[in-house]
Amino acid sequence: MDVEILLRVDGKEHRLTVDTRTTLLDALRERLGNTSPKKGCDHGQCGACTVLMNGQRVTSCLVLAVAGEGAEIVTAEGLAEGDELHPVQRAFIAHDAFQCGYCTPGQVVSAVAMMREAQAGWPSVVTEDLDADVVVLDDREIAERMSGNLCRCAAYANIVPAIAEVARP
Amino acid sequence: MKPFRYERADDVASAVATVTDDPRAAFLAGGTNLVDLMKMEVATPGVLVDVRHLVSHDIEDLPDGGLRIGAGVSNSMVAADRRIRRLYPMLSQAILAGASYQLRNLATAGGNFLQRTRCVYYRDIATPCNKREPGSGCSARGGHERDLAILGASEACAATHPSDMAVAMAAVDAVVHTQGPAGERTIPVNELLRLPGDEPWRDNVLERGELITAVDLPPLAVAANSRYRKVRDRASYAFALVSVAAAVEVADGLVRDVRLALGGVAHKPWRAFTAEQALLGAPATEENFHAAAEAELAGARPLPGNAFKVPLAANTIVSMLRALTEEAR
Ligand SMILES: Cc1cc2nc3c(=O)[nH]c(=O)nc-3n(C[C@H](O)[C@H](O)[C@H](O)COP(=O)(O)OP(=O)(O)OC[C@H]3O[C@@H](n4cnc5c(N)ncnc54)[C@H](O)[C@@H]3O)c2cc1C
Ligand code: FES
Ligand code: FES
Repeated sequence: MDVEILLRVDGKEHRLTVDTRTTLLDALRERLGNTSPKKGCDHGQCGACTVLMNGQRVTSCLVLAVAGEGAEIVTAEGLAEGDELHPVQRAFIAHDAFQCGYCTPGQVVSAVAMMREAQAGWPSVVTEDLDADVVVLDDREIAERMSGNLCRCAAYANIVPAIAEVARP
Repeated sequence: MKPFRYERADDVASAVATVTDDPRAAFLAGGTNLVDLMKMEVATPGVLVDVRHLVSHDIEDLPDGGLRIGAGVSNSMVAADRRIRRLYPMLSQAILAGASYQLRNLATAGGNFLQRTRCVYYRDIATPCNKREPGSGCSARGGHERDLAILGASEACAATHPSDMAVAMAAVDAVVHTQGPAGERTIPVNELLRLPGDEPWRDNVLERGELITAVDLPPLAVAANSRYRKVRDRASYAFALVSVAAAVEVADGLVRDVRLALGGVAHKPWRAFTAEQALLGAPATEENFHAAAEAELAGARPLPGNAFKVPLAANTIVSMLRALTEEAR
């Protein structure tokens, strides 16, 4: 069943007609040609499709495009300022934090949101003092908070240091 | 996915009316469970009524000292709420132990209770499953039994309820508010989700079209000294094999109050009333913790593939009571 929707992606507005079955991930990739969010599992199990939706990281494969109508979407592509890469993107390159690179855009978007969540004082399941005001992003916290992004190449040993460099300058 | 119509209702009453009147219609909240099941054609609704904007996104203080969580509050916001972290830490921890940040940002308090089982046969339309297709049989017994129930299962179904949040909600005696075709009502979480019996397709007691609007946490002093522990096949981003929500208050060496609920062991969050009764007023000793855990699990009927869950659940109960009472000392 076709519906007309408005998507705001990386600061640009797009009007398009989609079948109600279209996920946000498919709308971004197939309709808008933004292939930075990747389709790993299509079931919420890998995080390759992670984008920001109204500032929060979400798995775009489980969001119906029609339900995301009007929301502010940011993809890995939209994190850079023109040719100037986001600090997290630069850190991934500096630390060689990928092999095939398929999970990387999802990892990068997720890491950016993760640091904002920590700044807002959100705890994780490994946070010792749930009542603490300040979250210290040690390696254990980073690993737990990034566990929604799988890396089939197991580049974790470089992903965590890349994120740590930005999280604990 | 089967084709469907998507609707955003203007108010709760019309959302309820649409789903009540059309057997093919379903509510959509975060979609993290329903959209997943629709992709596999395990769920095939013809109409989706998006309710996320209709139900409250706030957590309010109640006059009695409890809290009211709107059904539309994301799992992330419940876990991060300062009051919940301080007054009901096991609820924050339970939510944080489930899924991932990406999923918890989408998932809602209402949808979390109503997520369907992760039994691999339920999720595979090529295999018989009494829950998905009444009367077709159960493929799980004698198959992949690792995730199945050890308590309260029936011949027809041994699936488990996958929610972590609901386990902590059961431990604190949370109460769900609903609005349905017959009006508004409240349902204790411990009665919302049901055992399979011979109707395993019914996960809960809600009527068709009945919408969860909020969930209340009653004031509960013992909950301030509480924790959630989840045992699973990998350290994060995996469903529970066994989980325990525990709260305990000790005075003069005696158990003054206690709440225990188990996840991963039954078709619903398993409130350990037997163990609680055994512990109330008793000396807070390792021996009594063991006896209480064993009394609770005396009724366990494990299968060959999940018998490990019986000692695992007992040991997890004991180690949590030990940790919580040592901290209180
Ligand atoms: C990869 C993965 C891993 C996960 N791991 C965990 C885990 O470890 N622990 C855990 O607890 N959960 C886990 N989850 C499940 C997740 O927590 C649930 O999918 C989520 O809580 C469902 O909420 P939702 O708002 O997205 O519901 P939806 O998917 O929108 O809806 C779920 C069901 O509830 C109904 N519904 C929704 N809202 C209402 C309402 N207000 N009133 C009446 N009916 C309603 C819908 O019709 C549907 O039947 C995982 C999910 C995925 C995909
Ligand atoms: S593609 Fe969305 S989580 Fe894997
Ligand atoms: S770099 Fe290959 S999947 Fe992560």
